[in-house]
Amino acid sequence: MTNMENAIEIEDLAKNYGEVNAVNHINLKVRKTEIFGFLGPNGAGKTTTIRILTGLIKPDGGTATIMGFNILTQSLRVKQIISVVPETANAYIDLTAWQNLMLIGELYGVPNKERRQRTEYLLKELELHERRNQRVRGFSKGMKQKIVLCMALLTEPQVLFLDEPTAGLDVESARLIRDIIRQYNRDGTTVFLSTHNMEEANQLCDRIAIINHGKIAAIDNPENLRMKSSSLKSVEVNFNKPVLIDELREFSHVMKAKKIGDKIRLYTNEPHSIIKNILDYANTKGLVIISLNTLAPTLEDVFVKLIKEQTGD
Amino acid sequence: MPEHILEQLKRAFIIAKKDLRIYYKRGPVVIFGLVMPFFLFLAFFIGRNLPTERLFTGLLGMTIFFSSMSIGPAIVPFEARSRTLERLLSTPVSIWALLIGDVIASFFYGFLISVVPLIIGLALGINIVNPLILCLGMVLATFCFASFSVLLSAYPPTDIPSTAMMVSNLVKFPLVFISGVFIPIWEMQDWGRIIASFSPLTYFTDLVNYCTQGISYYSVFVDFIALLGFTMLFLVVSIKIHEKTLPDRLV
Repeated sequence: MTNMENAIEIEDLAKNYGEVNAVNHINLKVRKTEIFGFLGPNGAGKTTTIRILTGLIKPDGGTATIMGFNILTQSLRVKQIISVVPETANAYIDLTAWQNLMLIGELYGVPNKERRQRTEYLLKELELHERRNQRVRGFSKGMKQKIVLCMALLTEPQVLFLDEPTAGLDVESARLIRDIIRQYNRDGTTVFLSTHNMEEANQLCDRIAIINHGKIAAIDNPENLRMKSSSLKSVEVNFNKPVLIDELREFSHVMKAKKIGDKIRLYTNEPHSIIKNILDYANTKGLVIISLNTLAPTLEDVFVKLIKEQTGD
Repeated sequence: MPEHILEQLKRAFIIAKKDLRIYYKRGPVVIFGLVMPFFLFLAFFIGRNLPTERLFTGLLGMTIFFSSMSIGPAIVPFEARSRTLERLLSTPVSIWALLIGDVIASFFYGFLISVVPLIIGLALGINIVNPLILCLGMVLATFCFASFSVLLSAYPPTDIPSTAMMVSNLVKFPLVFISGVFIPIWEMQDWGRIIASFSPLTYFTDLVNYCTQGISYYSVFVDFIALLGFTMLFLVVSIKIHEKTLPDRLV
């Protein structure tokens, strides 16, 4: 049964390409007005999942609802309330920026006056207004991606699907796109963001699902995901003189030791006891500690760990 | 008519407007739709000392047939290649409305171009016995051939427009030779007439013969019913095949 608090509900969704399980019976729920991150390595099933949810391909099993509408039986109603920004910009390069937006507005039945007002607003917001009458053919990659985002936002979607929206973009364009995503989310749009940019997911997402080989490896908010991986906590130390890393590896509770630049990082689930060991070691050896930091695992650490666990490496 | 069907038809016209804006001057469309049939016409009719009415039937039949089938086969491969097909399929437009839009674009293009031989015919003093039947026949035939062109883009599900154009030419050119464009149907052998009856172009050239020379092999009613039947068949089969193959075009 559909819960009205959820924007997206996926039940036992599956898609196979030959013997490959691109999407392997996944279940997840995305709450209304949240930014939901969908993380995974290339070929994990992110794009296939988005294509199923947006009605481009049919699943081999399972189903999903978006804002209460079934993606299989109410596909047109679903498409009316969602928008998609794919990884590769797909505006019509032989049409101008303005004509592309008008076309999308017409296809979604946005009334003429509103269509023009929203187009004006979005083109100004995304810094494309001066180029509105130029063909998209001559636009840079960043500008093309911004036009596609404009096309997606023109219809004021209730759910916005973004598939690697900032991949390969310059820092400024990527930041602008992230700001716009945040702004529309604040205004009530639910965002389903597929990415393999950990920092982007960390900055934007309320919750994250990690997918690998078509299966969900974990779902939680970024902070909890980090905390769950206590074994990835670490202490980073820098002495005034070089030391033998093997001696530090002998400390109790050290799981792994790694030299990173002029520092040594010791992975542990007991940082406090390691700090005590380091202080004793420095005293015994007559060393001066230049810096000493405890580090929480990054989202990237968690991601790599989960993917490794799944693949059995 | 239910409101959602009207809404989808409206969106089909928006698709058609977009198609006409983008595709009418594309290379394959101009070469296979206009240039090649024009030279084919010259090759067959110049120096054969045929009556003007025969020339007119051939010119009008070939022009409508080729021009209304020039955009259709190329649109879906062009869209697949530029990834705009993915964009269109994610909008609230049914696949049938999307294809009807492509048919409408081909129809307008073909109909507009076919006005040229009509004007040439009138300038050459062709006497049109029944202008209303000719006009209705032109409209129906153009829509029929436009539907056929969209069917020809359904398989194979390629994203290379020239491949789609080659496949469509493989079908189009033989049809021209068996459809009474060069030899009136009543002058054909029995087996020729049987083969001709499988081509929609046969019924249009028969209608043009009726309108210009007052003679036809089939009755006007049969010509119209046949064109209508072919149109329905092409549309239904086209929608069914495209529904199956369109997802394969998304890379």
